[in-house]
Amino acid sequence: MRHNPDAGMSIIVKTVTRLTVGLILLFGIYIVLHGHISPGGGFAGGVIIALSFVHLMLAFGKDVASRKLSKNIASNLEAVGALMFLLIAVAGFFGGSFFVNILEKGTPFKLFSAGTMLLNNVAISLKVGVGLFAIFLALVILEGSKKKK
Amino acid sequence: MNSINVVPLFVIIPLFSAFFISIVGKFVKRNAVYALSVIPCILLSFFSFNALRLLQSAPGHMLLYKIGGWAPPFGICMAVDAFGVFMLVVVNLVALFICIYSTGYMEKYTDMPKFFTLFFLMLTGMNGLIVTGDLFNLFVFLEIASVASYALVAFGTEAEELEAAFKYAIMGSVASCFIFLGIAFLYGFTSTLNMADMARVLATSHSVFIIPFVSALFIMGFGLKAALVPFHAWLPDAHPSAPASISAMLSGVLIKTLGVYALARIFFNVLGITATHLAVFRFLGAISLVIGVVLALSQWDLKRLLAYHSISQIGYVVLGIGIGTPLGIFGGLFHLLNHSVFKSLLFLNSGAIDYSVGTRDLKHMSGLKEKMPITAGTNMIASMSIAGIPPFNGFFSKLIIIFACVQAGYFGYCLIAIVGSILTLASFMKVQRYAFLGELRQACQNVKEAPFVMKFSMIALAVICVLGGFLLLPSLRPFINNAVDVLIEGAKYSAIILGETAK
Repeated sequence: MRHNPDAGMSIIVKTVTRLTVGLILLFGIYIVLHGHISPGGGFAGGVIIALSFVHLMLAFGKDVASRKLSKNIASNLEAVGALMFLLIAVAGFFGGSFFVNILEKGTPFKLFSAGTMLLNNVAISLKVGVGLFAIFLALVILEGSKKKK
Repeated sequence: MNSINVVPLFVIIPLFSAFFISIVGKFVKRNAVYALSVIPCILLSFFSFNALRLLQSAPGHMLLYKIGGWAPPFGICMAVDAFGVFMLVVVNLVALFICIYSTGYMEKYTDMPKFFTLFFLMLTGMNGLIVTGDLFNLFVFLEIASVASYALVAFGTEAEELEAAFKYAIMGSVASCFIFLGIAFLYGFTSTLNMADMARVLATSHSVFIIPFVSALFIMGFGLKAALVPFHAWLPDAHPSAPASISAMLSGVLIKTLGVYALARIFFNVLGITATHLAVFRFLGAISLVIGVVLALSQWDLKRLLAYHSISQIGYVVLGIGIGTPLGIFGGLFHLLNHSVFKSLLFLNSGAIDYSVGTRDLKHMSGLKEKMPITAGTNMIASMSIAGIPPFNGFFSKLIIIFACVQAGYFGYCLIAIVGSILTLASFMKVQRYAFLGELRQACQNVKEAPFVMKFSMIALAVICVLGGFLLLPSLRPFINNAVDVLIEGAKYSAIILGETAK
């Protein structure tokens, strides 16, 4: 992780962040993928994924975080998440009606089961995670531009 | 595809357009963005007329769509009846002309794709609110439309606009809280969120407290969205601050869909209307009518003046619905349609003046008739419509409301409606006098008429204003009459949906 040593918080915070940020991201992905079989789901997992990026931003400053995920990419991905959810719903027309679960249901409590639920959770997590990060980034940029004045 | 599949398209088309424009908008030329925004609006208008046609042959005069194939009390359903179709036609037709107008008007703003993204999100919210048959779904769509409108009010990002948007957002959120609380209480009491099923449970149970309490919450919540008088404080700031095309959208359709439609749907079809509710509607309508127009008289900012008139005209609509007789509701709904046409037109006119002259202050414009003949002409038509001069559409709907007052024996309200109409005329004579008639000012010598697309929308809406009265002809009358029947026979709504489901 290349970064400006003056930006962000102290070396202790940075070291701990370096260790934990990947785990937080992984936990978020776990919550998203297991949304249909255990508590959690797209929204909760998306928030945790966003928090891993927010964590990075708090510890290392906004430049490091926005190098990982820039504002433009964030706003595009957010729209992609929404479109993906809508297209999954529209794909239900192949099964006869809007929002019909057209995929194979599989065995209950297996990871790949419940048809389109998993895809829906991924779409929601994309929308929520990236959206929350974009809001945080926008607030940070706004605060930064105020300080310069 | 089955013909019933038209129902979810009212949500799918605008939602898809919103996010599609937000992705591709940055990479394509302006003209492509215009095309991408006008085409979905044309499709939506086409489908709303298509739904009107389908409804005639539909069983029970109701287009019932089960989302995901799940039957209503458990699954979410979309139910479009005559009242819903009436609103769909109004919303999508007005939105089409406003969208065409925006392609010209928004030239001077940066970030066009964002504007259309928010515009379509607002349209998604309104269409979704109209088609849904589920109370919680109604709340979600209400929030989509509201949040998009908060952002659109702030679109210019000037200090004044941000302040107005902030005020609107706070008050709107408080209203949403009331509505949400009401829904929570109803859900706790009836254990269902489907509106038809809820109506069935409420009709059979005897609870003294739940209905009055929830009614008060809903009147506060939806009353604020509709800008009825004690709850109107956000509107005179929010409507003038938005770009003109959005003011037209907010005033023309948003306050009616989120306020009047939701109010009427919930009170007539779910809670079951009582004499007390009607008396409250009449009272709120009458004070909105008077206070709105009195406050409008002293305004010099053209858009602010129009915003106060929105309060006053929504008062007519709610007064008409509050009379509760078939004639009164007919007048109210007819006025709702007429107001959405002429008030959109008036806001589009004010936008055209702002576009060409660069001011909204009536004292700084004069004699524009010479330089902007089309804006002046269409504004004259809209002004006469809103003031209730025959033969324009506003005259007929106001006349029906006044007749209904007399017929039901509410002479006081009848007098208020007449006085309100006269004061409206006075205030629009002021607009005509200061903006269009009189000497042309030196500063306005080089003013040009608005571009073609803006003229096209204004002329189209003006034509509807002139022809609006023809809706009273016996062959066209069922369009509104069927919507009135839905409200009069409120309990039938739940019977039809539950009956269709049982099949």
